[in-house]
Amino acid sequence: MSPRCHPSLYWNTHSCPTPSGLSPEKTEPLTVPRGASPCHIPTSRLQGGWHLGPRSILVALLGCHCNSTRSPASAALSTLTWCRHDDLKEMLDSNKDSLKLEAMKRIVAMIARGKNASDLFPAVVKNVACKNIEVKKLVYVYLVRYAEEQQDLALLSISTFQRGLKDPNQLIRASALRVLSSIRVPIIVPIMMLAIKEAASDMSPYVRKTAAHAIPKLYSLDSDQKDQLIEVIEKLLADKTTLVAGSVVMAFEEVCPERIDLIHKNYRKLCNLLIDVEEWGQVVIINMLTRYARTQFLSPNQNESLLEESAEKAFYGSEEEDTKDAKAEAASLAKRKPYVMDPDHRLLLRNTKPLLQSRNAAVVMAVAQLYFHLAPKAEVGVIAKALVRLLRSHSEVQYVVLQNVATMSIKRRGMFEPYLKSFYIRSTDPTQIKILKLEVLTNLANETNISTILREFQTYIRSMDKDFVAATIQAIGRCATNIGKVRDTCLNGLVQLLSNRDELVVAESVVVIKKLLQMQPAQHSEIIKHMAKLTDNIQVPMARASILWLIGEYCEHVPKIAPDVLRKMAKSFTNEEDIVKLQVINLAAKLYLTNSKQSKLLTQYVLNLAKYDQNYDIRDRARFIRQLIVPTEKSGALNKYAKKLFLAQKPAPILESSFKDRDHFQLGSLSHLLNAKAVGYQELPDWPDEAPDPSVRNVEVRGTPRREKRKEKVEKPFYSDSEGESGPTESADSGESHHGGASSRGHHGGSDSEESGSSSSSGTSSSSSEEEDEEEEEEGSGEQSEEKEGEEEEEKRKKRKEKGGLRKPSWCPAFGAVRTYELLHRMAGEGLSVEYCFSRRPFPGDPHMVAVQIQISNNTDIESLAPGDTASVVMGIDFCDSTQAANFQLCTHTRHFYVSIQPPVGELMAPVFMSENEFRKEQGKLTGMSEITEKLTLPEKCRSDHAIVQQVTSAANVGRVPCGADNEYRFAAKTVTSGSLVLITLEWREGAAAQLTVNSEKMVIGTMLVKDIIQALAQ
Amino acid sequence: MIHSLFLINASGDIFLEKHWKSVVSRSVCDYFFEAQERASEAENVPPVISTPHHYLLSVYRHKIFFVAVIQTEVPPLFVIEFLHRVVDTFQDYFGICSEVMIKDNVVVVYEVLEEMLDNGFPLATESNILKELIKPPTILRTVVNTITGSTNVGDQLPTGQLSVVPWRRTGVKYTNNEAYFDVIEEIDAIIDKSGSTITAEIQGVIDACVKLTGMPDLTLSFMNPRLLDDVSFHPCVRFKRWESERILSFIPPDGNFRLLSYHVSAQNLVAIPVYVKHNINFRDSSSLGRFEITVGPKQTMGKTIEGVMVTSQMPKGVLNMSLTPSQGTHIFDPVTKLLTWDVGKINPQKLPSLKGSMNLQAGTSKPDENPTINLQFKIQQLAISGLKVNRLDMYGEKYKPFKGIKYMTKAGKFQVRT
Repeated sequence: MSPRCHPSLYWNTHSCPTPSGLSPEKTEPLTVPRGASPCHIPTSRLQGGWHLGPRSILVALLGCHCNSTRSPASAALSTLTWCRHDDLKEMLDSNKDSLKLEAMKRIVAMIARGKNASDLFPAVVKNVACKNIEVKKLVYVYLVRYAEEQQDLALLSISTFQRGLKDPNQLIRASALRVLSSIRVPIIVPIMMLAIKEAASDMSPYVRKTAAHAIPKLYSLDSDQKDQLIEVIEKLLADKTTLVAGSVVMAFEEVCPERIDLIHKNYRKLCNLLIDVEEWGQVVIINMLTRYARTQFLSPNQNESLLEESAEKAFYGSEEEDTKDAKAEAASLAKRKPYVMDPDHRLLLRNTKPLLQSRNAAVVMAVAQLYFHLAPKAEVGVIAKALVRLLRSHSEVQYVVLQNVATMSIKRRGMFEPYLKSFYIRSTDPTQIKILKLEVLTNLANETNISTILREFQTYIRSMDKDFVAATIQAIGRCATNIGKVRDTCLNGLVQLLSNRDELVVAESVVVIKKLLQMQPAQHSEIIKHMAKLTDNIQVPMARASILWLIGEYCEHVPKIAPDVLRKMAKSFTNEEDIVKLQVINLAAKLYLTNSKQSKLLTQYVLNLAKYDQNYDIRDRARFIRQLIVPTEKSGALNKYAKKLFLAQKPAPILESSFKDRDHFQLGSLSHLLNAKAVGYQELPDWPDEAPDPSVRNVEVRGTPRREKRKEKVEKPFYSDSEGESGPTESADSGESHHGGASSRGHHGGSDSEESGSSSSSGTSSSSSEEEDEEEEEEGSGEQSEEKEGEEEEEKRKKRKEKGGLRKPSWCPAFGAVRTYELLHRMAGEGLSVEYCFSRRPFPGDPHMVAVQIQISNNTDIESLAPGDTASVVMGIDFCDSTQAANFQLCTHTRHFYVSIQPPVGELMAPVFMSENEFRKEQGKLTGMSEITEKLTLPEKCRSDHAIVQQVTSAANVGRVPCGADNEYRFAAKTVTSGSLVLITLEWREGAAAQLTVNSEKMVIGTMLVKDIIQALAQ
Repeated sequence: MIHSLFLINASGDIFLEKHWKSVVSRSVCDYFFEAQERASEAENVPPVISTPHHYLLSVYRHKIFFVAVIQTEVPPLFVIEFLHRVVDTFQDYFGICSEVMIKDNVVVVYEVLEEMLDNGFPLATESNILKELIKPPTILRTVVNTITGSTNVGDQLPTGQLSVVPWRRTGVKYTNNEAYFDVIEEIDAIIDKSGSTITAEIQGVIDACVKLTGMPDLTLSFMNPRLLDDVSFHPCVRFKRWESERILSFIPPDGNFRLLSYHVSAQNLVAIPVYVKHNINFRDSSSLGRFEITVGPKQTMGKTIEGVMVTSQMPKGVLNMSLTPSQGTHIFDPVTKLLTWDVGKINPQKLPSLKGSMNLQAGTSKPDENPTINLQFKIQQLAISGLKVNRLDMYGEKYKPFKGIKYMTKAGKFQVRT
C-alpha cells in the first residue's frame, strides 16, 4: 500500500471535535427516576465541549426510552439491554481498532435485523474519523441510517467529511461526498450544494460521478435548490466520460426531466458514448432519449404504416370508425411531403441496436421499447428475437417481458408470429406466466395458425391448474370471436366442456358460450336448451347468471323451457347470489312480456320476493320493473315500450385483450405494467407535426482545423478500437469525430489509469512537440496565429498559445510589479531560458483562461532565434479554478523539456468593479461556510492606505471597491473559469491589529487567498 | 429508484432490511404477505405489487424473497435485473445464497449492498470491482484478519472502476496461466403424446474460467459460427468484431464469467437424444391405475446419456403408487403428488423402465388430466447443435497459456405430454 493512497493519513482527528471526554468513567449518566434508562446522555459534555444548543439534548433525551412506569421485571430487562449497549459503548470508546470493529459489526447486524440502535449515536459518531477503514465504513453505514433521526448530533461529523472533500485521494473525496450527501439533514443543504458544485468540476471522473449521484439526494432534501442543481446538471451533461453519463442522466430524470433543451447539445455525444456506458446507465439514457426523440423528430411511420395498421384492424372485424379515421388520416398524409428521417434519429436507432445483445434484460427491454416507439415499422422486427431470448430468463423477467410482448403483439402481430412456438406453455410454468403466454398466443392467432393454436389449447384444457384452464377457455372464446372461420369448432369444443366434471371449467365455458351465442342465437337453440338443464347442477353464480340471461334473451327460441326455469329459480330465489337474483328478475320481466299467460303469477311472486330483499339494488330493480311492465292506471307511456326496452337487439360483446391500448404508456415502464400512472411517470409525448429545428443539436466546433491533430486524453471508449476505421457516423459532426481520431493513433487505453497530474503531461506531450517546433520556425513573424490547442478532456484544462511579439499589456494592475517566475533555467535548458509571468490581462482567445506571458530567451544557438534575443508569447491556461499545476512539454528540435506552471491562487481571478452596495449584497449571500476570517498584525511599513492596497493587489488580481469607512478596504474579483465571486475585506483596527475576511463560494480558493494576502502584508 | 430492500424467508420473517434513502417501515411488507397468501405457491406471487404509497418488486430465489421498495416510476426490469444481480453476487461471495449464509455474513452483505447502490441507483455491480472493494470472506482471511487486525475492506479505488475495462482488475498474476471454456447446450422441448416434437430449441452458453496474468486479449473463433442465431455477450466482447468477422474478441474478466449465451437458429432441426415410452391409464371403474414408462436413447451421436432424472406431477386423485424400477431409485411424495425417478445412466442394451400401479382415491371418477413427464439428462463431450470452437488465440501477453474446451449437452425444459 503506497502511503499516498493510505487514506488514514489524511483523516486526522486532531481538529475535529472528537468527544474523547465521553468515555463512560468520566461522564455522569443521566439517571431517570424509577427504572434505568437504556441510554445515558452526557449532558454536561454535550453542552460544554460541543457548543450545541439545548435542542440537541432534547433530541437525545427523546431518543432514549424513558419509561417511568415500569414494572420491576421490565426494569431488570432494560438494565440488561442497557448493559449490552453499555458494553458496545465501551468497546467503541476503547483504543483498540479491533474492539471498535467488533462493536460496529454488532451494531450493523442490529440495523440489518431492523433493531433500533439509535441510542448509540453519540458513541458511534465520534468514530467517524477512525483510522481503520472498515470501522469508518461501518460508521458511515450507521450514520446514513440514523442521521435523519438525530440531526444535531449528526452535524458533528460534517467537518470530517468536509476535510475529506479536499483529500488528494479521489476515493476519499468521493466517499466523503457520498456520505455527506446521504445524511438527510436539511441544515447542511448549503454545504452539500457547495460540495456538489466543487465535485462537479473535480478532475477525477469518479468524483464527478459521485457528484451526479448526490444531485437527486439534495433535490429530495430541498427542492428549492432546483435552479442551482440544474446548472450543475448542465455542466455534468457536457462531461465526456462514460462513467459520468449514466449518473447525470439519472439526475436529470429525477430533477428536471422537463428541461429537454439541456439535452440538445449533448444528444449526439450521448448516442455515441452509449455503448460504453455501464449497463444501468444505458437503461436510463435510452429511456430518456426515447422521450427526447418523440419531441424532436417526426414519426417515421406517418406515411405507410397507418394504412397497413388499419388493414390489420379491419382483420379483427373492428368498427368502421377506425377505417374512416385512417382514411381521413391517409388523405391528409398524402398532402404532406415525403418523409426523410433525421440523421440524428437514425444515429439513435443505429447506436442502440447492438445493445439488444446485452446480457442485461433491462437494457434489452429499454432498446426494445425504443425501437417500438421510434423505429420505422419495417425495422421494429429486430427486437422480437431479443425479447424472445429473455423468455429463457428468470420467471420475474419473463413476467415483465411477456406483459410488454402482449402489448406489442396487438399492434405489431407479424413481429412475433415466427416465434409462436416460444410462447407454448409448459406445465412447469408458474400460473401467472401461463396466463400471459396465453394472452400472447391469442393475440398472435390468425387464420393460418389458428388450427395449431387450438390444438395446443386443447391440451391446456386438460391441465391440473384450474385457473389456467379457465383462462384457456376465455382465450378460446376470443379466438372464436376474432376468427369467424373457427367459431363453430370452438363453440362445439366449449359445449363439450359443459359436461366436464370440474365446475369451474363448466362455469367458465358457460360464460364464454353466452358471449359466442349472442353472435348467432337462432342456430343454437339446442345449446341453450342444454345449458338450461345445467341450472340444476351448476353453482357458480356468474355461470348461473349467464344461463339465465341467455334464456331470458332468447326465450322465444326455447318457449317451453323458459317458464320452467323461472319456476325453479323462483323457488330458490332467496338463496341465490345477488347477480343471479338480478338475472332472475330480468328473466321474469322478459317472460312476462313474451309469455304473460304462463308466467304472470311467477313474475309477481319473484317481484314480491325481491321487494323485501336485503340488497337495495335488487329492491330498486324490482320496483322499477314492476312499474315498467305491469300496467296500472298510473303507469305512463313507457309501458308501451317495455318490450322494446327489454328485448331490443343487443350487439354482441367484443372480446378484446386487456392489453389493448396499453401502448400509450411507454413500454417497459412500471406504469405500463400496472396499467396506471405511477408516481413520477413521464408521459411519452406524441410525435410533433412539424419537426423542431434540428440545428439545436449541432455542437459548435471550437478550435481550428488543426483540431484533428489533437490528442485527447479522453477515457477511450472500449469498443472504439474496433470502430476506429468506421470513423464518425454520418450525422455526428466533426465535434464528435475525435473518437475515431484518437483510436487511429493506436493508443490503446487498456491499462492506463486516469490519475491526475502526471498523465496530463503525457497527454499533451506529442501535440505540443509538433507545434512547438513550428513555433520555433515561425518565430518573429509577428503574425498571430493560433498555435496550439492541447486539450485534456479529463481535466477540462485548455491551453491555448498565441504567438506574437511581446506587446505591452493594454491593461496593467493598478499597483504592484508583475512578478516573473522561472519556467526553464538557462542551465537546464541548455542555453534556452524561459520565464513566465501572469500578465493579468484577459486572455483574448477565451475569457475563461488565465493569460500567462512566456518569455523565451536564447543564450546559445537556436535557428529561429538570434542569440541573446528574446521572444515572448502569451498562452492561455484554464486552471479550472484550482492551483493544480499545468504540466506540459516544451520542445525544441533537439530536446524536450518537461515544465509545469503552478499558479498562485491570486492569479486565478480577474478584478470586477462593483459599488459598495453591490458588494454588501453579494457579501451577504456568501456567509457561513463561504466566509473565512483571519486576524493579523500589520507590520510597520504596511500601515498606509497605499501600502495595503499595493500589497493586496500584488498578491491577488483583484479590483478595489470604494468604501465609506476609511479604515476598511474592499476588493472584489471573479474566478476566471467559473466566474464565482471573491470578496476581500480588510478591516484595520487601532494599532497594528487588522482583520481579513474573504467571502467566496470556492472555499479552497478563499482559504489559500487569505494565506497569501497575509503573507504579502507581513512582508 | 430503489428505496429499500427486505429479505424475507419462506416462513415470512423479514431477516434483513437495508435502506438507501429515508427509512421505509417494514410494515410495507404486509402488502407483500397479503399477495403471498393469495398466491398458492411462492412462484405465483406477482413480481410487481402496487401499494398506496410504494411499489414492491420482488424476486424469489433460493427460497428467499428479495423485495425492493420503490416510490417512483422506474423500469421494472431494471429493479428485477438488479435484484438478480444481488443474488448472483451473494452466490459469488459465499458459494451459496441461503438465509443462514446471509445471517452469518451480515456485515459483508451490508457492506456489499452499500457499494452496489448509491441513493438507490446502481453504483458497482461488477463482481470484480466489488471483490476489490470488499474481499469475500474465506477461512484463511478470517484467521489472518483476527491475528493481524487487517480488514476486508479495500482502501483503494478499484482500478477497474475507472479504466475502460471495468470488468478486469489490473495487476493480475498467476503462476499457471489457464483458460477454460465450457460450451453448454440445453435442449428445450415439448414432445406430444405420440412422441412427435411440438417444439424444440437449443440454448447454449459458453462459460469461461480464465486465470491469466496481465491484460490478455483473447480471440475465440468457431468452425461454424453461422449456427448461432441470436447471441448475447458479456460486456467485454467487442461487438463490431463479431458483426464483421464472427469472431469473439475480448479482454476477459478475471475468474469465472459467462462469455456468451446463444440460441441456435430454428431452421436447424434439433436432434432429440432421448425418447420416453409411456403408458399411463386411469380406469373408470376400479381405483387402480396402470403406470409404465421406459426411457431410451434416440439420436445421441454415440455418446452415453447420463444423469437421467424423470419427474412427474401426478393428479390429485392419486393416493399412492407402487412401482418397480429396472434401475435407479424412485420416490413418490403422497403430499405434493410428485414422482421422482433418478435413473442414472442409460444402457442401450437394457433400457430403464418404471412399472407398477397407482392407487386412486376411491369413489371419485378418474382424473381428467394425464401428468406431464419432465426429463433431465446430461451428455458429456457433445454439443448437440454441432457447434465447434475452432481456435483460441491470445495477444498482448508473452507467456503461453494452457487452454481447454469442454462440451456438454443438457436437458433444459424438456417435457413429454402424455
